[in-house]
Amino acid sequence: MADTSLLYFTELVSMPVYDVTGHRIGRIKDAAMVPLVHPSRIDRFLMGGTDAWLTIRYDQVASINLNRGITLSDEQLVPYHDDEYMLRIARDLFDQQIIDVNGRKVVRVNDITMEVHHEHGRDTLSVLEVDIGVRSIFRRLLQGVAPPRLIRRLQHRIPPNSIRWDLANVLEPDPLRRLRLNISYSKLEEMHPADLADIVEELSPAEREAIFETIDSEVAADALTEVDPKMQASILEALEPEKAADIVEEMAPDEAADLLNELEDQTYEEILDEMDSAPKTEVRELLEFEEDTAGGLMNTEYVALHENASVMDALAALRGNEDLLESLNTLFLVDAEERLCGTIPLARLFVASGGAKLKDLTAETMIQVTVDERQDRVTELFDKYNLMTMPVVDEEGKLAGVITADDIISVLRAK
Amino acid sequence: MRKYIARFRYHIAVFLAVAGPGIITANVDNDAGGILTYSQAGAQFGYLPLWTLLPITLLLIVTQEMCSRMGAVTGKGLSDLIREEFGLRITFLMMAALVLVNLTNVMAEFAGIATSLELFHISRFISVPLAALAVWVLVVKGNYQSVEKIFLVACVLYVTYIISGILVKPDWKEAALYSVRPVLLLNTDYIYMLIGMVGTTIAPWMQFYLQSAVVEKGVTPKDYAKSRIEVIVGCIMTDVVAFFIVVACAGAIYSVQPREIKTAAEAAVGLKPFGQYAFLLFSAGLFNASLFAASILPLSTAYTVCEGMGFESGVNRPLKEAPIFYLLYTLLIVVGAGAVLLIHEDALVRTILMSQVLNGMLLPLVLIFMILLINKTELMGEWSNPKWFNFVSWVSVVLIIGLTLAYVAMTVKGMQ
Repeated sequence: MADTSLLYFTELVSMPVYDVTGHRIGRIKDAAMVPLVHPSRIDRFLMGGTDAWLTIRYDQVASINLNRGITLSDEQLVPYHDDEYMLRIARDLFDQQIIDVNGRKVVRVNDITMEVHHEHGRDTLSVLEVDIGVRSIFRRLLQGVAPPRLIRRLQHRIPPNSIRWDLANVLEPDPLRRLRLNISYSKLEEMHPADLADIVEELSPAEREAIFETIDSEVAADALTEVDPKMQASILEALEPEKAADIVEEMAPDEAADLLNELEDQTYEEILDEMDSAPKTEVRELLEFEEDTAGGLMNTEYVALHENASVMDALAALRGNEDLLESLNTLFLVDAEERLCGTIPLARLFVASGGAKLKDLTAETMIQVTVDERQDRVTELFDKYNLMTMPVVDEEGKLAGVITADDIISVLRAK
Repeated sequence: MRKYIARFRYHIAVFLAVAGPGIITANVDNDAGGILTYSQAGAQFGYLPLWTLLPITLLLIVTQEMCSRMGAVTGKGLSDLIREEFGLRITFLMMAALVLVNLTNVMAEFAGIATSLELFHISRFISVPLAALAVWVLVVKGNYQSVEKIFLVACVLYVTYIISGILVKPDWKEAALYSVRPVLLLNTDYIYMLIGMVGTTIAPWMQFYLQSAVVEKGVTPKDYAKSRIEVIVGCIMTDVVAFFIVVACAGAIYSVQPREIKTAAEAAVGLKPFGQYAFLLFSAGLFNASLFAASILPLSTAYTVCEGMGFESGVNRPLKEAPIFYLLYTLLIVVGAGAVLLIHEDALVRTILMSQVLNGMLLPLVLIFMILLINKTELMGEWSNPKWFNFVSWVSVVLIIGLTLAYVAMTVKGMQ
């Protein structure tokens, strides 16, 4: 029984419309939602049959039935005029790409499944699902060729493939129109950055920019890091410098530096100008190094403590750097001149007592390189000593940065 | 001065970054069918038809340029755009036709592989299955970057035709003269030949492949100037190769005894008196061209169809996520290669002729959709066709359609 209260958009199109006296006055051409008013209700029906199309408001409809068509309760119809707040199904949704937030992919709309509600003595339609699979292609191909009942019977052999309307994200590059149609990309912010990056790679440049323009800078930075390096530069170049700077600030400094290196000089300067001073200095320092040296690989996000510090001090320092915790696995000890004098695997803190000196917890051998060490040598050391993290020091032995295994994986992948 | 060198190096780097799609597409154009047509032209009419190569190059550039521009500006493939602007039903019909057309094309390519290797006494029952397997593995196990590199190497291998053309020691003075002097004989065979040369040059699948490849490459409107040069370079390369094929056959066959040839392999044999190397290079070139086209066609078809119909596609996805893509890709190869082994020789020759007819029937539709799309300002913005270029495009398209339909008509007539 549930099936009878469903209506496909392909069935709605060309459905006859009857006035209160039962005369046929036209056929449905398209229907539209007004997302600012209601997120899923079909708000207007567009009817052809006379010289110009007429607009039927949802509250002028008495009943909607697959066999008997649409009967009106009020025939005061106004001529249709294009209104920017309308999302027209056949024109704006059919055959277009949308993002399936749950399935994490870009799909193309074949048909829309709607639900017929009966309330307050009239029938209303609301969009339930976006249909994407072979079943909906079958419906589209037979639409208007075979009677709807027959199509429904035949399609049962084909497995359905649909996504819920509230998990579908419509794409609209034009910011003004996005506002009027109440489209946001905030649903995408919940995705894993790598999934979001995959989706973005499939879109057209304009749609790509629209997404990076509007989503949270931190999410944008994480996703941008995962995007194909060739595409990263063109995305940043297309954004407003302020937004680009916000995103770059959120990236790990080493990745930000690599990315900025790929940009044209002018854009590069524009973005650096817009950045806050702290991340800017870090990135600028990294930009000084050759790309294929330890200095070019390293990043400056690490936790270093004085050589006389205790486990308690270390825990306090970690609390102050919570944003680093997810990927941190080593602490560094430096002397009064900031020269590196030891590394401590993070896990050792858990088994040591609170008052223990960090000095006594250091790893037996300390592998380190200088900033100008060649990249090949660095990967060799990672392999030889099975490292997760390796400190990088400048000419005077001062701690300059740290290279992590994920940097090495990227280097090896790029070969 | 250093600044200029730096800038020059930057431009070269950008050019190399966008290079690939245009050169590959144009070169694949010289596939088994193309080589046969050019060989026939040279063998039968000597240097006379050479002048057509210049206008053919121009027509090729006009169509290819539109596709690569649409790809760079919209970031979408041609079948994507057709779907979005003209709806599902038209797209479905077009894709169905494209699959059929390309399947016969794939058969033609595998037939080219079979005949070229039979010149080296390798049985087609060995060569064709091995080639089919190689093609399948190349794409399924490779990624876009590595596959593109292999394709670019295949483009370079067309140089075999240039060398074999030189080895034949043709009459260069005459070749140069007839390259720029249009000769129109009122001889039906000659006119058929000219039309055939245009007919084999521009195929529907090329437009889809080129645009998708430009998108995949990530070319943006900013780099488009370089991409355009790449397209032009590719078209010129293609027709330089065509020139040498015509010249080789003119020097080796026509100047000895003008005659009609039936297969490209026959042309290769005709080169034998001019040295073992001329023969070897010509045959190797045919093998390279056929294998090259056989690798691209099934892939391009599967991509195009999945793009247009909204199925998951791409060799970067596992089988489970893109079943229709892999099914289509595999079927095209298996059926295309299988036909060469199982169908009777005569039926095969007819199928291959049929592929040209179907190409010709689908091409007008594709070209008209292309012009309609490229004139949509909401898609192309400032990059839509300027008025004068629109005129050039329409003239070219009408010319191509006219010649192609004439070619179809005469092929159909010849088949009866």
